Amino acid sequence: MRDGQTARVVAEQDESVLEKGGYHRPGIIEAPVLAPGHTAGSVTDKISSVVLSGTPRWFYPAFGLSFTLMMVLFAALSKLFWEGTGIWGVNQPVGWGFDIINFVWWIGIGHAGTLISAILLLLRQEWRTSINRFAEAMTIFAVACAGLFPLIHTGRPWLAYWLLPYPNTMGMWPQFRSPLIWDVFAVSTYATVSLLFWYVGLIPDLATLRDRSTKKVAKIIYGMAAMGWRNSAKHWHEHEVASLLLAGLATPLVLSVHSVVSFDFAVGIIPGWHATIFPPYFVAGAIFAGFAMVLTCTLPLRRVFGLQDFITERHLENMGKVMLATGLIVTYGYGIEAFTAWYSANQYETFMMWNRLFGPYRFHYYALLLCNVIAPQALWFRSVRVSPVGLWSVCMFINVGMWLERMIIIPASLHRDFLPSSWGIYHGTIWDWAIFLGTIGLFLSLLFLFVRFVPMISIFEMRTLVPEAQSVKESAAARDAEGLP
Amino acid sequence: MSSQDSGGRLYGLMAEFEAPTALIAATEKARSAGYRKLDAYAPYPIEELVHALGHHHSKLPMMVLGGGIVGCLAGLGLQVWVNAFVYPLNIGGKPVLSWPAFVPVTFETTILFASLTAVLGMLVLNGLPTPYHPVFNVPRFSAASRDRYFLCIEAADPRFHVEGTRQFLEGLGPSEVSEVEY
Repeated sequence: MRDGQTARVVAEQDESVLEKGGYHRPGIIEAPVLAPGHTAGSVTDKISSVVLSGTPRWFYPAFGLSFTLMMVLFAALSKLFWEGTGIWGVNQPVGWGFDIINFVWWIGIGHAGTLISAILLLLRQEWRTSINRFAEAMTIFAVACAGLFPLIHTGRPWLAYWLLPYPNTMGMWPQFRSPLIWDVFAVSTYATVSLLFWYVGLIPDLATLRDRSTKKVAKIIYGMAAMGWRNSAKHWHEHEVASLLLAGLATPLVLSVHSVVSFDFAVGIIPGWHATIFPPYFVAGAIFAGFAMVLTCTLPLRRVFGLQDFITERHLENMGKVMLATGLIVTYGYGIEAFTAWYSANQYETFMMWNRLFGPYRFHYYALLLCNVIAPQALWFRSVRVSPVGLWSVCMFINVGMWLERMIIIPASLHRDFLPSSWGIYHGTIWDWAIFLGTIGLFLSLLFLFVRFVPMISIFEMRTLVPEAQSVKESAAARDAEGLP
Repeated sequence: MSSQDSGGRLYGLMAEFEAPTALIAATEKARSAGYRKLDAYAPYPIEELVHALGHHHSKLPMMVLGGGIVGCLAGLGLQVWVNAFVYPLNIGGKPVLSWPAFVPVTFETTILFASLTAVLGMLVLNGLPTPYHPVFNVPRFSAASRDRYFLCIEAADPRFHVEGTRQFLEGLGPSEVSEVEY
């Protein structure tokens, strides 16, 4: 099955889909989560071959380009550490510029992975299986990019450890009533737990690569990383319990992270920041942005590695629906911001909204509405949701739109606050742009290395989707239903 | 009654199966034949297999609960100690023990400690990392991470006997029975 069209035709012939009530509209049957005809062996071979069969030719230019962009980041950071934050566009009254925009943008993107792997696991959404590994990796890399910005924003990143509570000769301690300290704990916990969750899921697959690689060095490295995993039933049992517990722990965590990030703003008194809608609206925006970035990266990789059997039309469609739903929540957030400004009858709140619509950043605001409100409406159409090109185009709008959203919230709120005498204007300098684009290079470089050396789809979870494994599950369920031991 | 083979020391006997249902049935039969030191290997988690092996409850959930409670108390204790005792700061006239402001960090440390316990606990309960294990000496065993199912009865089992156990395993319809050497 090279394309989704064929997969759907086969699904229509597959009676088991009919029996399970796979209709979602009369006459159309949902595509399967795994194309028919696969066995545990074929799934293993196909996914591990992406890693084990050598470097494809396109990899070098693609990785080279990302690596070059990453070098731009390092050059810009060197300049920053040498000269100081004066090379940025920030100045009174706009003290939070690209650094905080990019932090929030990246951390938002980093929400999809844990959402897919934790919340969808608890909700027993089997379709998550083939995208969770990739989304988790993307989360970790996005959080790494995000974490860089608060550090360099401190101005003297070599003293960033002062943010942590530790006994020191200065006798200083952090101020735990500040949302900025909550952020330190929320982001570092999220990074740690995401990394642990990802690694726990990887252990059995690293064991698979250890067993299947033919090169000695690869065997040793994968073997050490797999820590002696033996595929024993006892191992699997503890592994499953640990995964479920981690999913349960990560579910409130993922919702808390962007809520805490939104407190950085909502606790402040600046019009445009001081809003109780912020936590849910930020979380929805994070999921919206995260799914868009997952699709932005997955769609091209699905094509070059020929993974259409595993990432089927069903996945594209479901992810499109999640984006549409969260996009509507974000739209509601924009609406509530405008409504609150009007209904409060507060002149500063009203002016904030007027300034967005007609002030110096109005074109940013119009572009934001185009990208985040209008463009995602295309996802109402099934033909867009199942078309890789259509979906990818919508995702690019969302990626840009979510960046603009933070641009509007952060500098555009700061630049004109209560006192007209303290108004100013903010633009990013070339160094702001270099650092921002450089983190995209860092993100893509890490992503390419991940795809090259680690299975990008969870092999063992895909094995549980093949008919053989499903039949064991069904017979067990039937036995439970009969009340037999 | 563990016995020595003529060659190297024997860890146990391993039977290979082609279907998960065959492995589950074989494991159940081995348990009812009185074998207790045995383990089953499969390319993915099979709940039935855990029951067949007689393992039911994992200790992990209670360990994670303990980790979470420790994390919660540690996080809250740290903040109360710092902001109310060793470094009291008057912020906006709020009381020094303004506990609602301590909720986010307490929540994060709870999750952090519980997650670390879940991962480290899983590794400890599984005895990982294990740099060397005799089952890997069976060349066919690498298929356990692909599409084959294995049952291994250890020589340390009191009922183990090289000939008797081999006959027993062969009666279960495996595709192959091999000796696992140390």
